[in-house]
Amino acid sequence: MMPTVSTPPFELFYEEHRGDVMRLLRRQLGRDRADDAFQETFLRALRAYGRLTHSEHLRAWVLTIARNVAIDTVRRTTPTSPPIEKGAEDGVPAYQELAALTDGLPPKERAAVVLRYGYDLSYEQIAAALGSNPDAARQATSAGVRRIRKRRIAE
Amino acid sequence: MTISTDLDRRFREAAHSLGLVDIGYDVIDSPIGPLLVAVSNEGLAAISFQRRADEELERLTRIAGPAVLRSPRSVDDARRELDEYFSGRRRVFDMRLDLRGLAPFTISVLDELAKVPFGETTTYGALAARVGRPRAARAVGTVMNRNRIPIVLPCHRVVGAGGNLVGYAGGLDRKVTLLELEGVLL
Repeated sequence: MMPTVSTPPFELFYEEHRGDVMRLLRRQLGRDRADDAFQETFLRALRAYGRLTHSEHLRAWVLTIARNVAIDTVRRTTPTSPPIEKGAEDGVPAYQELAALTDGLPPKERAAVVLRYGYDLSYEQIAAALGSNPDAARQATSAGVRRIRKRRIAE
Repeated sequence: MTISTDLDRRFREAAHSLGLVDIGYDVIDSPIGPLLVAVSNEGLAAISFQRRADEELERLTRIAGPAVLRSPRSVDDARRELDEYFSGRRRVFDMRLDLRGLAPFTISVLDELAKVPFGETTTYGALAARVGRPRAARAVGTVMNRNRIPIVLPCHRVVGAGGNLVGYAGGLDRKVTLLELEGVLL
């Protein structure tokens, strides 16, 4: 069905982010395995693209897919090597754990905290995803963390 | 970081083969300049004289969904039929058309337009009469102007009552070239 919100044409999304995706995959997998993982990343993204409900954080979204594809690739191709850390001990992705914790934070702070600690993005990457600058991303992240701490103390 | 041409091509082909593309498009060469040709699961959805405008891609998302990707394989059939038409080996197009999202009046006008044969012309008023709205020549003109599948839906074959060419969304030069190609103008 026709989307009610405007996600950019996939072509533009692909052209904008393919370089960053490739950089991440080469870093995690090396040149040889990165090509297949690149294709798999954008096929997964394309499969899910029509179901996106908004077009914010597309860069963080596709880098998360790339990271998951890299994890799968490592598991599949090198069964004896330790898997890439996913960030949570019990198998629940870190960003899911954070969902409850960050519930009720101002949107910008919530996004910054989730991207920093759930998706392990740098402040530069968070700034790009949020359309701000690294300093502001850092401030939003620490403001969010302070707010969570305060709330937990209050509880 | 740049992606190799080969990897890029493999991704686009895989996306097409797996049926993940809502609308696949490519730019093809023609005697009236580059054409952006867009095909959905339903059929040929658009032909644009704009080579590569982001607004054009945005417009395509509103027809079938946001999975709009340049995909040469998706337009293979359309490219072949257009090549045949431009080289004088085809007078009738066999492609299915995707007219989703268009108003009923627009569709009825385009249905009539599709019946205007190769090498002949009609007028805005005559088309209006054929859809049962004899006084709607101006509205028919608007439909021609916004025709998203020019050439295949032959709005270039529609001229003014006095025989003047009137206008063409792609520019009058292109209208003249198409009518020359069909032997209407010498």
